[in-house]
Amino acid sequence: MATKVMMEALSPTMEEGRLVKWLKNVGDVIKTGDTLAEVETDKAIMELVARGDGVLRARLVEEDTVSPVGVTIGVIAGPDEDISALVSGAGGAGGAAATATATADSRGVAERAENSKEKEVVVSASPAAPRENNEVVVSASPAAPRENSEVVVSASSAAPREHVVEAPAAAAGPVRSSPLARRIASERGIAIDQVAGSGPNGRVIRRDIEAAATAAHVSVSVAAPAAATTAAPAPAAPSVATKPTAASAPSMVIDGDFKDVALTQIRKTIARRLSESIGPVPTFYLTSEIDMTKVTELREQMVAAGDQFKVSVNDIVMKAVAIALSRHPECNAHWMTDHIRYFSRVHLGMAVATDDGLIVPVITDAHTKGLGQIGREARELAKRARERKLTPAEYTGSTFSVSNLGMFGIDQFTAIINPPEAGIMAIGSMETKPIWMNGAFVPRQRMRITMSCDHRVIDGAVGAKFLQTVRQLLESPMMMLF
Amino acid sequence: MAVITYRDALNMALREEMHRDDRVFLMGEEVAVYQGAYKVSKGLLQEFGEMRVVDTPITELGFAGVGVGAAMAGLRPIIEFMTWNFALLAIDQVVNAAAKMLYMSGGQFPMPMVFRGPNGAALQLGAQHSQAWESWLAHIPGLKVVAPATPYDAKGLLKAAIRDDNPVCFLEGEMLYNTKGEVPTTDYIIPLGKAEVKRAGDQVTLVSHGKMVLVALQAADAMAKEGISCEVVDLRTIRPMDVETITASVRKTNRCVVVEEGWEMCGVGAQVVDYVQRYCFDSLDAPVLRVHQADAPMPYTKSLEKAAKPDLPKTIAAIKQVLYLD
Repeated sequence: MATKVMMEALSPTMEEGRLVKWLKNVGDVIKTGDTLAEVETDKAIMELVARGDGVLRARLVEEDTVSPVGVTIGVIAGPDEDISALVSGAGGAGGAAATATATADSRGVAERAENSKEKEVVVSASPAAPRENNEVVVSASPAAPRENSEVVVSASSAAPREHVVEAPAAAAGPVRSSPLARRIASERGIAIDQVAGSGPNGRVIRRDIEAAATAAHVSVSVAAPAAATTAAPAPAAPSVATKPTAASAPSMVIDGDFKDVALTQIRKTIARRLSESIGPVPTFYLTSEIDMTKVTELREQMVAAGDQFKVSVNDIVMKAVAIALSRHPECNAHWMTDHIRYFSRVHLGMAVATDDGLIVPVITDAHTKGLGQIGREARELAKRARERKLTPAEYTGSTFSVSNLGMFGIDQFTAIINPPEAGIMAIGSMETKPIWMNGAFVPRQRMRITMSCDHRVIDGAVGAKFLQTVRQLLESPMMMLF
Repeated sequence: MAVITYRDALNMALREEMHRDDRVFLMGEEVAVYQGAYKVSKGLLQEFGEMRVVDTPITELGFAGVGVGAAMAGLRPIIEFMTWNFALLAIDQVVNAAAKMLYMSGGQFPMPMVFRGPNGAALQLGAQHSQAWESWLAHIPGLKVVAPATPYDAKGLLKAAIRDDNPVCFLEGEMLYNTKGEVPTTDYIIPLGKAEVKRAGDQVTLVSHGKMVLVALQAADAMAKEGISCEVVDLRTIRPMDVETITASVRKTNRCVVVEEGWEMCGVGAQVVDYVQRYCFDSLDAPVLRVHQADAPMPYTKSLEKAAKPDLPKTIAAIKQVLYLD
């Protein structure tokens, strides 16, 4: 039985992927679970694993090409199996050729798969057909990869139930899952196509979702808008073009003045996500200058206590924000278009600059974690982000985010909300300023923080009260012990 | 509370209702002098006389029709079929007369009558006498269909059936007549259309009725030893079916197995599965499975009969399958 190697959705928002490197050659023996290739998603470089056993018979896309999710990019089959139908029907978003494999002659009933919205239809033919079990598999791969249809028609003898098997072992394709598993995954914000199914034919069932939830500590939905609308985009052709055509070239520039660079996946995603934000999200901004002198003292005391107690100002700010969010759940919320989802747990997104762009790994349950743990996790996540080693679970599920440009000497700035979150905190640099206190100017450490609020969720006074709590916590850090 | 047989529970229900309402009478083959082919009517001839406990010729269509006429005339007949297999001869009166009379008379003629008798297979009675008819009967608008599993339910449901103003097909079990259980001597009614959770559990729902409820309970016991908690829903009334009890249970357990005596095609379980998929779709973690008789006439040969019947091992296998065990 041949298995198609498909471009899989390796992150919740992935719609296409760039094949970075093939790790197996044509002719290599493949076992289920073997890593076949490295694929660049919109967020990270991920491994594409085999969904079947056999020999890698064909590699249908070259390295460094982009394929939409769902497109066949290779074939695993027996060494002598005829794969011509699979190979000819594959490749490109428009590869709509239906492929049919018949394991025996099909004297039963054949069903057309066209227009079926169901992922899988199992039809058991009349029990009257007095022959041994024949199985006909008709699978169609239309352009929209999510609407793959497979119809399995089994013609069987006296006891049809015995032969009503579901579609054969899943190649990379639509995720098979129980309705309950889908519901729980949606409620907990788990990308079901990231979960390995333990049921028949790889069906994802409740226990798989629960195991995934436990493993990832992901308990909130991020409901990436992209996941809901899976229009398959045309494959992009990343290339570096330096010559604009004469017709389109602005008259003021000449060759060599500029360089066109194709968008990376992450750059495309940033553009799409941020314009989604600044467009429809009615944002307002609240700025507060906070006296950080006591935080500075606290930090110095901790540093003096030994390296194991060393934390950054940023860690302390994140801790304060997390505590404040747990006290102001009205700011720890997602705008869900037709409802607002308030979270009881604080999963704090932490904007990290990488060479490729911005990514926001998540410190889960930040409100329950100590400063030391927040600091360790923040450093580890930032490191993994820069190495592009974050797993999807590590950058999804945040309920609120923090962005810090203080280390670049930025006094204050406004950050763009990462929807569906309702707010983001922008941290500026800390500097020493003369402050009038008790009849004299005294040098104090001051820092400006600016909160961007989605007005659909957070009203001005609500945001202000939250910010007030953050200020109290930072100006009297012992209050964090409370 | 007295422990009595299912047979005696039915007898008690008949006696109580005949005392309560003198319009109630019993008619059928061997119900009077012989005291009933299965002794369900034992003592009733002596107690109520031959006007109310009536032996008939072997003419199912005839005496079923007499029953319909008696109901039209204001009596409340109980028609006993020696078995439901014989009721095939009377099916025109059941389906075309009793079930439709209220409707076709524009509400002028209610049909307060009961058709009752043993249903389903016993042991080695052959293909023609080992059949479960509930899905046939439940298909018909105008009929109610009841199948008690326990002596307690048998009494309470038969009394409810006799008091109901609609034709009720009351399906007993030859293999159930000798089963025993606690039955109060008081006057109690079990409303038609209400299922009962016979055993509470939270990992899989077993939906069953009649004799197969006992198999479902045995399966639940066996699974409990493996640490699996099964909820057993006894439909008790097949039509109207208690959708709420079924769906509430499946929403809790996320899995369902239907256990029934009849054949697969268009069986009672098919209707249960329909309700479950329609109302519990997002709660299902596995396809609903059915345990039923093999799709063939019931073999006479003992070993083949055993192989054809739904039983405990088949039920356990289905339970394990929906739980994704082994």
